[in-house]
Amino acid sequence: MDGSAPDAVLPAVRPRAPVPRASGVGERVIELGLAACSFVSIVVTIGIVLVLVLEASRFFAEVSLAQFFGDTEWTPLFRDNQHFGIWPLIMGTLVTSAIAMAVALPFGLLAAIYLSEYAMPRTRSILKPALELLAGVPTIVYGYFALTVVTPALQQVIPGLAGGNMLSPGLVMGIMIIPMVSSLAEDAIYAVPDSLREGALALGAGKLPTILRVIVPSAWSGIAAAMTLAVSRAIGETMIVAIAAGNQATFSADPREPAETMTAYIVNISKGDTPNGTLEYRTIFAVGLMLFVMTLAMNLISYRMSRKLRAQSRA
Amino acid sequence: MATPPRIDISGRREGVWSERAFVWVCRLAVFLPLAVLAWLLGQVIAQGVARIDLAFILEAPSQLDATTGGIWPALMGSLWLIGLTAAVSLPIGVGAAIYLEEYGKRSKLATVVEIAIANLAGVPSIIYGMLGLGLFVRAMALGETVIAGALTLSILVLPVVIMSSREALRTVKDSLREAALGLGATRWQTTRHVVLPMALPGILTGAILAISRAIGETAPLVVVGAVAFILYAPDGFDAEYTALPMQIFQWTSSPKRDFLTNAAAGIVVLMLTLFLLNSIAILLRNRFQKRMY
Repeated sequence: MDGSAPDAVLPAVRPRAPVPRASGVGERVIELGLAACSFVSIVVTIGIVLVLVLEASRFFAEVSLAQFFGDTEWTPLFRDNQHFGIWPLIMGTLVTSAIAMAVALPFGLLAAIYLSEYAMPRTRSILKPALELLAGVPTIVYGYFALTVVTPALQQVIPGLAGGNMLSPGLVMGIMIIPMVSSLAEDAIYAVPDSLREGALALGAGKLPTILRVIVPSAWSGIAAAMTLAVSRAIGETMIVAIAAGNQATFSADPREPAETMTAYIVNISKGDTPNGTLEYRTIFAVGLMLFVMTLAMNLISYRMSRKLRAQSRA
Repeated sequence: MATPPRIDISGRREGVWSERAFVWVCRLAVFLPLAVLAWLLGQVIAQGVARIDLAFILEAPSQLDATTGGIWPALMGSLWLIGLTAAVSLPIGVGAAIYLEEYGKRSKLATVVEIAIANLAGVPSIIYGMLGLGLFVRAMALGETVIAGALTLSILVLPVVIMSSREALRTVKDSLREAALGLGATRWQTTRHVVLPMALPGILTGAILAISRAIGETAPLVVVGAVAFILYAPDGFDAEYTALPMQIFQWTSSPKRDFLTNAAAGIVVLMLTLFLLNSIAILLRNRFQKRMY
């Protein structure tokens, strides 16, 4: 090699100046250091559980679980008539998430079918990264959009829509989640063995029946895993709902009404001036623990489903 | 041999129309969200771009008058945050990736770490804020400082760094590792002099993506106590701070509607920064892909 052309292609593998002699001890130290780096993620996982459980247990020492789960009013900041019923927050979270899923599921799934089964490779190579852009926009930007653009636009169509409502942030959140659903569903569709596809076509099925009756059902566990992960994402989404959902812990399933989600509640307490160490302040850890448990459950379900898919496609 | 063409007997039995209609519905499902994105960006630019001038970049915000003041403290705060976040999360994340890919592939530790990472990747960002609050702000008594915020963001982006670095390490051919080991290089020498240089562009791409994630995060910063309104840029690890998304959040949730213009202008700056970072990431990735053989 004379160092000109091929060198420009392969700068990395060129042998460097004298490589220092290996020492057994040094190697061992490096390996331990690297293992320590990877150990950090275990520490973080334990740390999250510890912090949430410890702080929440201080809260539950004063407020019983019966109050927490048996009451439908959430007014921890009232001086008198304090209520600690989590249901309004759960309701706000579930309604906004449901709206988001109603957008993200059909759009994400159809987009995945289009990209994997119909789009030309060139079209796909442009559209896929374009869709991914939606997931890269910071949520604060979506929040601004929901509040200043979508809500006023919806108010033109739906009379009586409150300025802060569940519909607008739900819809915007759905759009944000589309690329997540579409790329995971596409992976699942891609994992369907070609033999099934060819079998259906050979039996005389058209392309559309093949997709709807063979490919999508075969990929179902993967698609379901994508949906579950998307639900978890919607439950944990914070800024969009904190900005546009109105921040009132109503116990209402009407999407035109304002609401407060679990995440938005945590933000509102954190940015306000509720003193540290008070019971009111500790509520955020109880709510945070609830949120963590819900998303963790979703993630675990999704993980199991995608493992099932992998086992199937290997068979 | 060229790949055989996909057998296309679309609509032979079910009729062409249902199939065509379906494809159009699918197309709509791709283009409608993109149209919404374009609408979003158009609106933000229309509302905010006129507000951006040199003073908007270089001045502190004003609480009274929406037409004066700017984002300087927030911009500097974001710079501090991502600088520190990169300094903490990249070495740890890349180190963990190297361990998982090059050293402990089948070790017990690696198995547990994999589960932990998969789990962490799905934890909502606000939960990281609560960890930061309990661990860095309180237990380690760092207070509501830049370093506490940066450590929180570091933990938040760690799964992203680890996963993308592993991806990059995996693209390095095993034959190269075997050649190095066969020549008598140790595991670390192989990693350091053969694998890492090859994987570097991929690792950098992942690093940039992780940093762009950190720049846009708001929720965890609210929890670990980034200040909503501050007049000065941070001057050290232990300074009070705000960040660009925090400043946008404060303007957006302000009861005075005039401040929405400022929020839009702030968003334009934020999006431009992200666009720039992602362009660099794409350039790096393209260079990287061309070099694979």
